[in-house]
Amino acid sequence: MNRKNYTFRIQRFDPEKDAAPRWDEFAVALESHERLLDGLGKIKDFMDGSLTYRRSCAHGICGSCAMKINGKNRLACQTLARDMPETVVFEPLPAFPVIKDLVTDMDPFLEKNAEVLPYLMNDEPPPERERLQSPDDQHKMLQAITCIMCGCCTSSCPSYWADKEYLGPAAFVKAARFVLDTRDRAEDERLSRVAHGQGLWRCHSIYNCVEVCPKEIDITGHIALLKRLSVKKEWAGRRFRKKG
Amino acid sequence: MMHYFDTVIVGSGLAGLRAAIEASKSGSVAVLSKLYPTRSHSTAAQGGIGAALGNEEPDKPEWHIYDTVKGGDYLADQDAVEVMCGDAVRTIVELEHLGVPFSRTPEGKIAQRRFGGHTREFGAAAVRRACYSADRTGHAILFALYEQSERQGVHFFPEFHVLDIEVENSRCFGLVALDIRTGEIHTFNAKATLIASGGFGKVYKTTSNALASTGDCLGILFRAGIPLEDMEFFQFHPTGLYGLGILITEGARGEGGILVNGKGERFMERYAPTIKDLAPRDMVSRAVITEVREGRGIRGGDYVHLDLTRIRREILEERLPEITTFCRIYMGIDPSEAPIPVLPTAHYAMGGIPTDLDGRVLEDEKGSVVAGLYAAGECACVSVHGANRLGCNSLLDTVVFGRRAGTAIGASLKSAEKGEVSGEGIARAKQELDCILTGEGREHAASLRDELQKIMMERCSVFRNERELRQLVEEIRVLKERASKAGITDRGRRFNTELLEAVELGHLLALSEVICLSALERTESRGAHYREDFPERDDRTWLRHTLASQTEKGVEVRYKPVAITRFQPEERKY
Ligand SMILES: Cc1cc2nc3c(=O)[nH]c(=O)nc-3n(C[C@H](O)[C@H](O)[C@H](O)COP(=O)(O)OP(=O)(O)OC[C@H]3O[C@@H](n4cnc5c(N)ncnc54)[C@H](O)[C@@H]3O)c2cc1C
Ligand code: FES
Repeated sequence: MNRKNYTFRIQRFDPEKDAAPRWDEFAVALESHERLLDGLGKIKDFMDGSLTYRRSCAHGICGSCAMKINGKNRLACQTLARDMPETVVFEPLPAFPVIKDLVTDMDPFLEKNAEVLPYLMNDEPPPERERLQSPDDQHKMLQAITCIMCGCCTSSCPSYWADKEYLGPAAFVKAARFVLDTRDRAEDERLSRVAHGQGLWRCHSIYNCVEVCPKEIDITGHIALLKRLSVKKEWAGRRFRKKG
Repeated sequence: MMHYFDTVIVGSGLAGLRAAIEASKSGSVAVLSKLYPTRSHSTAAQGGIGAALGNEEPDKPEWHIYDTVKGGDYLADQDAVEVMCGDAVRTIVELEHLGVPFSRTPEGKIAQRRFGGHTREFGAAAVRRACYSADRTGHAILFALYEQSERQGVHFFPEFHVLDIEVENSRCFGLVALDIRTGEIHTFNAKATLIASGGFGKVYKTTSNALASTGDCLGILFRAGIPLEDMEFFQFHPTGLYGLGILITEGARGEGGILVNGKGERFMERYAPTIKDLAPRDMVSRAVITEVREGRGIRGGDYVHLDLTRIRREILEERLPEITTFCRIYMGIDPSEAPIPVLPTAHYAMGGIPTDLDGRVLEDEKGSVVAGLYAAGECACVSVHGANRLGCNSLLDTVVFGRRAGTAIGASLKSAEKGEVSGEGIARAKQELDCILTGEGREHAASLRDELQKIMMERCSVFRNERELRQLVEEIRVLKERASKAGITDRGRRFNTELLEAVELGHLLALSEVICLSALERTESRGAHYREDFPERDDRTWLRHTLASQTEKGVEVRYKPVAITRFQPEERKY
């Protein structure tokens, strides 16, 4: 086994005590294969029980433990000690209001999601058995359906930093998930919800979101698709208006 | 703060959400969850959800029923199994219509794969019954149900931790919860209260369960006098990543993976000649530990290999992408090139809160109902899984019985009285917190939890015996005593997770004691409960369910009969 000593430098903020964030340092010994989340657990369990962060699944599927680690948004449970330098710096996800230590208020982020009508819409009477969908069509959604709503992407986006009303990449991935679903019948409605000044057109293809996504979703690719469809719809509308 | 809803649901996993969709058709529904809803552990379910759709090869609900009963070592209530398997096809079709992105066959139907213990023609050979969305089936279903319940106007209370459920004179009035963010106590008064709080794998050190899977609501109801059923039956899944316990789905063996020991043998051929690596989990876990104990672990060590190198890389990438990534990230292994070190991991509670077929909670062996109280999902015991659950039957259980509970609640609302949580429940909750917050104890709750998990793993996992169980009961009692004096450092009100972990520890200790005492009483081996000192199944004495209750004298164990309809107990061979 390969045990090494790390210094965890952690941004702290207790709303009941602190006027502003402060920094704490802890010495943590970790095996090379251990997760940074294990390190945070050692601190919480044996050094400072007040250290606060979210966690549940501990293997990158629930999306709880997103935070900024050494300058990059990631999941603490999916980042191993061996991939880190001796000093590891932890901060809460940027651009979301901090509740305590590494815990941020995710409500504004999740509310954006609700705006894109994130559910399958199809009012046609359902067949007796499943609706058919070819494997190729199902594969079109594959990336978008792996999103765990951790918030890494939106919180890394300079356009979001500048404008908190901007829908942000995660909401677009959600919209794309349904637009790409051959069973859905609400493409127009959804596109009209995302194609506006604080929607798609605020994305400048900076690619931070793609860089940080723990599920390696090609987020910018999905945004490009939505842009393309929105332009198409716009042109189709214009032709229609001229004719009419 | 005080709230009124027709229905209050604890838990936003598959069971809670499916019930919420149904109950919200008849009245207002609040769903409380100590996590953000989509962080619930249902999201981790990988391999599939069972139904005899027959999309890939002929299959019948009848065979599904048989497999479930036999898989459960004849302890499942067969009327309940008939309900579950009989409703499976409709359930999956309904999920598909709600938007679940299932993987597809070339004809565009829902794809299906093999899973442990699922066979055609009553055990003749493995059958493709597990419907899947790659190896992210739970995630796919959870999001669809969450999205649809939001659409239906269900009120969510994320990061609300339930502290007390008020049951008095066989009636439930609602519950008391802590708003984690503000530290404020809220009461929820309701005509119907549904518990869908999931599993409690965190009683063990090595587990596939989430850190949040601590069984709080079972602990709360147990202390309120509700019995817990069949708690000695805890499933260990044979393929947890070595050292971590992270699950590698049985679907990996369903797609052609095999288990190999240190001598390079496919050892399951010896234990289950017909279906080999796809035998039920209790058998495979015992086989793995036996290989290790007899010196046939890899390089004589304490693990075996799960070999997926036989599966084509495209299949791995398409159908098992998530576990492929886990192996890469956590073990530094590419499973298409190297075998994966695995060991059994604590996975699933067959036991739980006793309910009838519509989720009504039962308070004794005669089947008396607690008015206004329901339970569904992993926290409940209907019992459809008996002594050992088959893979892909739990997701089915959550959705089938979640829906049934939701329907029953909907039908009950008109005549149900409006309850109100009394000052007592609120006082109890406040006192529980204050006691920890102001306690002067120096011992860390966290180190007690670690000790508990370690001894439960050592003495009450795949193999058990009287000597170790007795010792364990004593050790748990000492830990309980120490826990009553444990202290915490964070005395704040807001987002105090240290405080909540201390509350959770209390429940883990109570449940461990129940598991242990129920296991001690059952002097036979059945399903996941294997007694080295009583290695045979004993139907004459033990074909019955355990009910453990808290009484003034301590934990009391009683029994109730198993419902047997079509399948008489037989020797269990695969
Ligand atoms: C890794 C893994 C893979 C699995 N794969 C499969 C599979 O392929 N097929 C299959 O059939 N089964 C599988 N299972 C089993 C199955 O996933 C679970 O049994 C099932 O998802 C449980 O669902 P649930 O709705 O009962 O509870 P959960 O999804 O666990 O939800 C519990 C809910 O209760 C809430 N809660 C708990 N306590 C409190 C409290 N005190 N206050 C407020 N809220 C609380 C939680 O926040 C959560 O929302 C798997 C399990 C694991 C761990
Ligand atoms: S704890 Fe679930 S993603 Fe990290």
